[in-house]
Amino acid sequence: MSLRRLFSFIVLTFALLSAPVFTYAQHEENHESASVAEGETAHAAHGEEKKGGFNASEVIFGHIGDSHYWHFFDVNDHPVSLSLPVIIYHPEKGLEVFSASKFHHGHESYNGYHLEHGMKEKIVSEDGAKIIDFSITKNVVSMIISVVLLLVIMLNVAKKYKKNGTMVAPTGFQNALEPVLTFVRDEVAKPNLGKKYMRYMPLLLTVFFFIWINNLLGLLPGGANFTGNIAVTACLAIVSFLVMIFSGNKHFWGHLFNPPGVPLGVKFLLVPIEIISLFIKPIALMIRLFANILAGHIVILSVISMIFIFAGLSKVAGWGFVPVSMAFTIFMFFLELLVAAIQAFIFTNLTAVFIGQAVEEGHDHDHVHEEYHAHNPETGQDYNVSKQEIIA
Amino acid sequence: MDLLTPELGLFVWTLLAFLIVFVILRKFAWKPILKALHERETGIADSIAAAERVKKEMGAMQAENERIMMEARAERAQLLKEAKETRDSIINKAKEETKAITDKMVADAQQQIQQQKMAALTEVKNEIGKLAVEVAEKVIRKQLSTADSQNDYAKMLADEISMN
Repeated sequence: MSLRRLFSFIVLTFALLSAPVFTYAQHEENHESASVAEGETAHAAHGEEKKGGFNASEVIFGHIGDSHYWHFFDVNDHPVSLSLPVIIYHPEKGLEVFSASKFHHGHESYNGYHLEHGMKEKIVSEDGAKIIDFSITKNVVSMIISVVLLLVIMLNVAKKYKKNGTMVAPTGFQNALEPVLTFVRDEVAKPNLGKKYMRYMPLLLTVFFFIWINNLLGLLPGGANFTGNIAVTACLAIVSFLVMIFSGNKHFWGHLFNPPGVPLGVKFLLVPIEIISLFIKPIALMIRLFANILAGHIVILSVISMIFIFAGLSKVAGWGFVPVSMAFTIFMFFLELLVAAIQAFIFTNLTAVFIGQAVEEGHDHDHVHEEYHAHNPETGQDYNVSKQEIIA
Repeated sequence: MDLLTPELGLFVWTLLAFLIVFVILRKFAWKPILKALHERETGIADSIAAAERVKKEMGAMQAENERIMMEARAERAQLLKEAKETRDSIINKAKEETKAITDKMVADAQQQIQQQKMAALTEVKNEIGKLAVEVAEKVIRKQLSTADSQNDYAKMLADEISMN
């Protein structure tokens, strides 16, 4: 068990360490590409006069951000895209629903709203009111697709279990999913949650498969960057946090606000740290998934963009770079396939660890306590987790 | 920093979708699947335990069979032995009886032969005695047919008596 913990810890560390490196490298890339595309700022999507210019940062940020269109490709500088429904809540005008095609890709305003392209695509009210955008954006559509897929797959598998009875060997998709299900149960839930694991299994399984399927759908060409969006990871992290808070027992809260066996002076120091660490847990969950998926998308896109950047310099350089870029992209895709599963696993596992700490019973604690004392006599229970969080 | 500010709209949709998925899957997928998995695992464990038990029982039964076979074999050998003995004793007895009977028959025959021999001898003796008496009678009769001879004989007899 400790070996496995160590392994996941190492994977996590690498993932987290590599993410900023990649993003950093990407920023360099963007600066270069920006200077390459200097003077040719117009973007193909706008249909403006532009020949041979390529703005990598706009393409990349256009992809990783959310959008009110599902943009597939451009034909003769005209975007081929699906306009998605816009739902806006205006504090005075109330709820408004219309198609994003009304904006004509940001060229026209409609009903007093217009589309603003910054780093993110945003709908702005022209009267300056603070509106809330509940639009069915590209990410929402992608999520709906994944949810439908998830429901179809899981309900079919469940039906198969019911139909075949329990003592029949699993077949087909059921067979593919069963090791994953038992993995979540035996490696994630049981070691972290102890006897009460069955209560949290539905949550853990839902979190795992929800993240996994969305990670995978995001990898498809033209797919949305759903799990690489901080609103999504924040939502998932808050769900785990709330579950953790509401399943916390007396023992958990007692140790949080009044750690036993600690001198009064240290308590003043320790309790705020403990409380901060309580809130850092979901934040770490949120940032970790967001950064990993975002970084993966950015790296793949920038490697592909490099072809066009080099092509902007000279045609030969562009073609010459194709094999290098393709090789690296393929490598990245494989890596991202791995990361998709690993991040889903890490999110689920840490959720289980946090809930496990919240529902932990007193008698278990003494043993655990000693173990942590070996590392650090002061921080106590949360040390193991906070180490990961420090790196995060 | 734009990337790091979550949009409320997407957040709400995600939360909604996640909760719906969670509720549906919990009721219609996870619970039946986990139940089935649990049942299968306990079923398999039970089956293995049962197989182990049956194996043990089979072993015991085999040992029992072996024992019974051994006993049967021993019994058969015993039976055979006894049968042989009985046969031998019957034959011996028969032989003995036969011998006794023949012996008796021989003895009886000999006895009869002896008796008949004796009877025949007695008859012959009687016959011879009778013949001798008849011959003597005839001789005497002839000698004593005259008076003189009778007197002579009487006198001789009286002489013999007086001499004594």
